[in-house]
Amino acid sequence: MSGVRAGGGRVPEAPCGLGASGGASTAGGSCPARPGTGLEGSRVSFARGSRLVVDGVDITVPRGAVGALLGPNGAGKSTLLHLLAGVERPEVAALTLDGDDLVALRRRERARRIALVEQDAQAPDGLAVEHVVGLGRIPHQSAWGGDSARDREVIAHALDAADATAFASRRYDELSGGERQRVNLARALAQEPELLLLDEPTNHLDIRAQLATLGLLRRLADDGLSVLAALHDLSLAASYADHVVVLANGVVVAAGDPADVLTPPLIRAVWGVEASVLRHPSTGRPLLAFAPADADETVAPEPAPAPEPA
Amino acid sequence: MAMQAGRATDAAGRPSVEPARRAGRASGPHGGPSEPHGGPSAGDRTPRRAGTATAVGVGGALVALLAASVVLAVTIGPAGLAPGDVLASIAAHLGLGEPTLSPLRDAIVWELRMPRVLTAAAVGAGLAICGVVMQALTRNPLADPYLLGLSSGASVGAVIVLVLGMAVALPVAAFAGALAALAATLGLARAAGGLSPTTTVLAGLAVSAVFGAVTSLVIFWSATTDSYREILNWLLGSLAGAGWPAAALAGAAIAIVGLPLLATGRTLDAFAFGDTAASALGIHVPRTRALLLVATALLTGALVAVSGAIGFVGLILPHAVRLVVGARHRALLPLSALAGAVFLVWVDTGARTLFDPRELPVGILTALVGGPVFAALLLRARRAS
Repeated sequence: MSGVRAGGGRVPEAPCGLGASGGASTAGGSCPARPGTGLEGSRVSFARGSRLVVDGVDITVPRGAVGALLGPNGAGKSTLLHLLAGVERPEVAALTLDGDDLVALRRRERARRIALVEQDAQAPDGLAVEHVVGLGRIPHQSAWGGDSARDREVIAHALDAADATAFASRRYDELSGGERQRVNLARALAQEPELLLLDEPTNHLDIRAQLATLGLLRRLADDGLSVLAALHDLSLAASYADHVVVLANGVVVAAGDPADVLTPPLIRAVWGVEASVLRHPSTGRPLLAFAPADADETVAPEPAPAPEPA
Repeated sequence: MAMQAGRATDAAGRPSVEPARRAGRASGPHGGPSEPHGGPSAGDRTPRRAGTATAVGVGGALVALLAASVVLAVTIGPAGLAPGDVLASIAAHLGLGEPTLSPLRDAIVWELRMPRVLTAAAVGAGLAICGVVMQALTRNPLADPYLLGLSSGASVGAVIVLVLGMAVALPVAAFAGALAALAATLGLARAAGGLSPTTTVLAGLAVSAVFGAVTSLVIFWSATTDSYREILNWLLGSLAGAGWPAAALAGAAIAIVGLPLLATGRTLDAFAFGDTAASALGIHVPRTRALLLVATALLTGALVAVSGAIGFVGLILPHAVRLVVGARHRALLPLSALAGAVFLVWVDTGARTLFDPRELPVGILTALVGGPVFAALLLRARRAS
């Protein structure tokens, strides 16, 4: 098992780069050129009031992997992303990015290495797209002075990478949801992060924009970025993520390869619905069909290889 | 190692990446596939430069306009002064030339009108800066020191120390009053269900009403003559009688608090998408917000101590400037300050001369302009929510 890993207090085995010779780790062509172990957190906890919202989560996002954070509403996905982004301060046993202690890292320094794309981002009227993307340069800039040539270069590159160059000079509040999401991504990329965190990046998007967004994340990861996205659509997660982490009540209940993790028993236990695992006719990836839990019989006559619940 | 295993399957047994890529490409009609980006990306530099050029151009024009406004505003009124006379008087007082005006006319320029015009410029600039900062930090287009009650709070503090005969403590008391009013407004709004524009403005209204009443009471019980006029001046704002001490206090407030606030543009930009986004951009949100709001209270206190509670300047000017140069704070802050200075210089000139020889509290005129603008913003905010 590789990629995003999480589980009960296991020490994660070293992903590419750590403890291995550089040659070995890059030989497959899948490990990024930049060295580093990505994000490693162990026993991450956070209490809101007396309630433990995130309860001893172990999570690993190696460099170049796409991880999907799954779980029902209120499972603690958003909170966990906020904790990893440093928006709120968790209790942790250890939380490192490429071996550097994130808790001890200064805010600005952390913002240069981790970017967060929020759900339902709202901006004030009248902000131009390129200025929105320019916000991502803030951790790299001093208070005085304008954008440097390098800032402009990074902004142009980020717009390009997010396929947002075409509307760079338009106003953010005039864009469609899919266009906004690409601009939000470009803003995050302008931070030049090593780790990209996204909270339901496909929310409110039409299906084409959803696929475009996830395809973009896949490409960014292939270029060496570590990606962790909270997602609601399990089939999309199974198609695009290297690994999934399933969260329920702030606890990791399963983690690993999507095909291994997203089984009908687990989905029934976590989401309370009956699921059938099908195969995508052209890609062969798992495809999930759902029915309410109180339905006694499964509706679909499925030739799914996964064991079907009785 | 484990990683590679996963990635190998990726290449071999996972055609899933393929549709993902295709899906990404499918966005071509919007963004275009990645190759032909040279054109658009070269093109997108142009509006950026144009935007910066606009800001610099507007800034230069406003500086020139402010200088011309100060000189012209001094000439307006009985005495028949020409701009040349004003320049000559300034030069003489700066030791750059021989006095050419008669002592009486020189006194009108240098002792009467010049400090008042400069005070108006400083107060206008300061109120506009406060407006921009408060609008950004509360993400509330209706925020302004007057509407959120800071000005009324500062008035209470100022009036109390004046009544007690401790004029030395004037700025400190006005600051304390502004801070108390700010805390009351934000606390009340939060208790009433969050810092939405409407709740905050309603809370500000309640706080303003109470503090305004306290100001009136204190003056009414203590003042010996003409207490109504004095009450009016504190509640509506007036620059009548602003001399060099007032100009010095307002100028010092701009220099010590206003100029550093001009450097917070990037920080305010970081709040564009809210607290979480600001935090993820490396901003210490609670500390930054507290620091900047206390700074606006300090600035408001000093300004109110010299002018009373002049309304709507902090509300209107930032919105007007935003329409021209956009919402980026690095440009918005200094340009709003300049525009606010020009605006208040002319509005105060109107207040002083329109009903000559009677003085109008300048706040009446700013409210006449600001009320309708406020109504328009309110309607727009309601439509948006």
